Amino acid sequence: MKLLLDAEHEALRAAVRDLLTDRADSARVRAAMESPEGFDRDLWIRLGRDLDALGLVVPEKLGGAGAGHVERSVVAEELGRALAPSPFLASAVLATDALLALDDEKAQQDLLPRMVSGETIVALAAAEPGAPWGPGAATATEGAGGWTVDGRKTPVVAGDLADEFLVVANAPDGPAWFRVAAADVTRTTLTTLDPTRRLASVTLRSASAVRLESADPRAALDRVADLAAVALAAEQLGGLRRVLETTTEYAKIRVQFGRAIGSYQAVKHGLADMYCDWELGLSAVRYAAWAADEAPDELPVAAALVANHLGPAYFRGAAAGVQYHGGIGYTWEHDAHLFYKRAKSTELLFGSTAWQKARLADRLEIGRRAAG
Amino acid sequence: MSDLSTYRENLRAWLRANAPAPTPTIDLNAAKAFQACLFDAGYAGITWPKDVGGQGLGPEYQQIFSEESSDYELPTSPFGLGMGMCGPTLNDLGTAQQRTRYLPKLLRGEEIWCQLFSEPGAGSDVASLQTRAVRTDDGWVVDGQKVWTTNAQFADYGTLLARTDPDRPKHSGLTMFVIDMRAPGVTVRPLRDMTGHAPFNEVILDSVRLPADAVIGEVNDGWKAAVVMLGHERVAIGSRGNSKTNPFDFDGVHAMARDLNLDGDPAIRAGLADLYTRERVLDLFNIRVGQETSAGTPPGARGSVGKLAGTMLARLAVEVVSEIAGPAAAGWEPDDTRADAVALGINSTPSSGIAGGTNEIQRGIIGERILGLPKEPSVDRGVPFRELKVGTQR
Repeated sequence: MKLLLDAEHEALRAAVRDLLTDRADSARVRAAMESPEGFDRDLWIRLGRDLDALGLVVPEKLGGAGAGHVERSVVAEELGRALAPSPFLASAVLATDALLALDDEKAQQDLLPRMVSGETIVALAAAEPGAPWGPGAATATEGAGGWTVDGRKTPVVAGDLADEFLVVANAPDGPAWFRVAAADVTRTTLTTLDPTRRLASVTLRSASAVRLESADPRAALDRVADLAAVALAAEQLGGLRRVLETTTEYAKIRVQFGRAIGSYQAVKHGLADMYCDWELGLSAVRYAAWAADEAPDELPVAAALVANHLGPAYFRGAAAGVQYHGGIGYTWEHDAHLFYKRAKSTELLFGSTAWQKARLADRLEIGRRAAG
Repeated sequence: MSDLSTYRENLRAWLRANAPAPTPTIDLNAAKAFQACLFDAGYAGITWPKDVGGQGLGPEYQQIFSEESSDYELPTSPFGLGMGMCGPTLNDLGTAQQRTRYLPKLLRGEEIWCQLFSEPGAGSDVASLQTRAVRTDDGWVVDGQKVWTTNAQFADYGTLLARTDPDRPKHSGLTMFVIDMRAPGVTVRPLRDMTGHAPFNEVILDSVRLPADAVIGEVNDGWKAAVVMLGHERVAIGSRGNSKTNPFDFDGVHAMARDLNLDGDPAIRAGLADLYTRERVLDLFNIRVGQETSAGTPPGARGSVGKLAGTMLARLAVEVVSEIAGPAAAGWEPDDTRADAVALGINSTPSSGIAGGTNEIQRGIIGERILGLPKEPSVDRGVPFRELKVGTQR
């Protein structure tokens, strides 16, 4: 097990941070989140074209960097740290992992090189209410003209931006994967808790679809979910670190009753707890990313583990960040609320905390035999 | 194969062949015999210098020993304070004579050490201690009282922190000494803790005479020595990784839930998932810090993270165990050993958040040394100790 980064990883981090410091400061993040598209397409293209940061897990023969999940988690950390609005989670994580988990070379060759460059955005439409990873109630039917899909998928990360969708639906032979063009669906941009990440609902009415080859569609779905949990945990880790840094700095300069508020134990101890959450979370994220690359047997538990630690830890930290900033932390102008909303949104996005605990319990085979 | 993996293989084989079966209580003679056996095999004082009987190896070898030995319940606890705290401090600050007199015997398990810092009036604020050491023609005379002194009941020597100049501010009038625990005037009394057991003691010091060469470091520079020792303590606690022998680790608690047919209960399942999460992230933290240490970055004040997280883990484990046990943990038949164990867990958990630096002190260390937050204003800074209120004085 390797839980340390090497110099190349740190160089990647520095390159991404430099770009984001320049292009995703608070003012730019706010401008992007309020823009019609909800993200900074120019920054997105730079991430792909200049830094090769969108295809880190994609093999070189498909246009990627041929690196791995440790590298991608470093990028996700930095994006989470900056709160940079982008379709990274949708296209460079969910849809990329799905294409790599499936066995459809044609779709891989057609889509991945364009996704890696940032030119094409692909979203995963799997979730439905009560089924965060599908297949839900969506159905797929094969007719004379090919496959069509019916159903309503929500939430779909970056569903309002995507050029194409990968859809999970029930075919007569079980869950199956389909490729559907944006023009063949109806989508509604959702009102979101987190203004820095767009979500949509996607309605498919006899939408024409191409079925994607997969030896085991359900296993592919599990793998996509696990890898997404790792990437999302890295994003949460980066956000938590930023909240820790900004709140600590504020506690050093904000004076009340004649002292910096960080000298009071009530504040100092809360920040110490946040630091512990971050240290533990860092260890867990490094492990899960290592497992994704090197120990696939450990990934299912590792993914559920990071979801269970980082989700609540980030929200605890972000809530404490608002609290320790006091009144100013509750204003729209201060960024504390953006982290708070991102934290809660990511804690819930792929399944509530109760759902995450139950998933970890399943993976640990707790109570597997019939209860009672 | 690298040196490290050869070392690990050899150690693993040695432990398989030599680790004694665990016993419910410590047999001191057996413990001493095992320590001698460790010494002869070259596994005592792994990072200690060779001139005092150590192996002179790097921290990565100690890390391997911690990892491999965590599968066993080795009877090394009587030597824990000596090996983890007193010995390393003597090695850092002791005279050549002190080092050669004490360290080899400590390593071989011939002499047991304890640490005499805390007092009834000086807990977290240990620098406010009141035990006095007064200079005489040929040494010192010590009067005072120490508490929470683990292993004092069988210790041969102790490291004592005493006040040598009450006219200086509290931190600058202290001196550290080696004290012979069999000297006239030393009285050790067992102190019962809230579990009803007596794992530690109070030590009364009544006109105890110490020779002049008992001073460790410089006279009135005892606070520096104490800081050195507490630094070693944090490392010792942080590297303790014996979760595999803890009955209330995830596996133990899961087994209990299964035995009682409660592992299908959603609330218990959620509790077990939480317990696994907190236990595993702490394991991973320790592994990561171990890898960093091997790569040349010492844990530093992050030892406090491990200690604090360990306390919170222990509390959660007891919460989950209590939920599983239910009313049976409130009242049980005398022969119900499981309920006994649950009750002991409930009653012993508070110690982890107090011993070796309270949670509040650990959070202060993290806040000040890692995050760089300002200290509380100290009303006693620069004030001669004589003029201070300490403990519960009014």
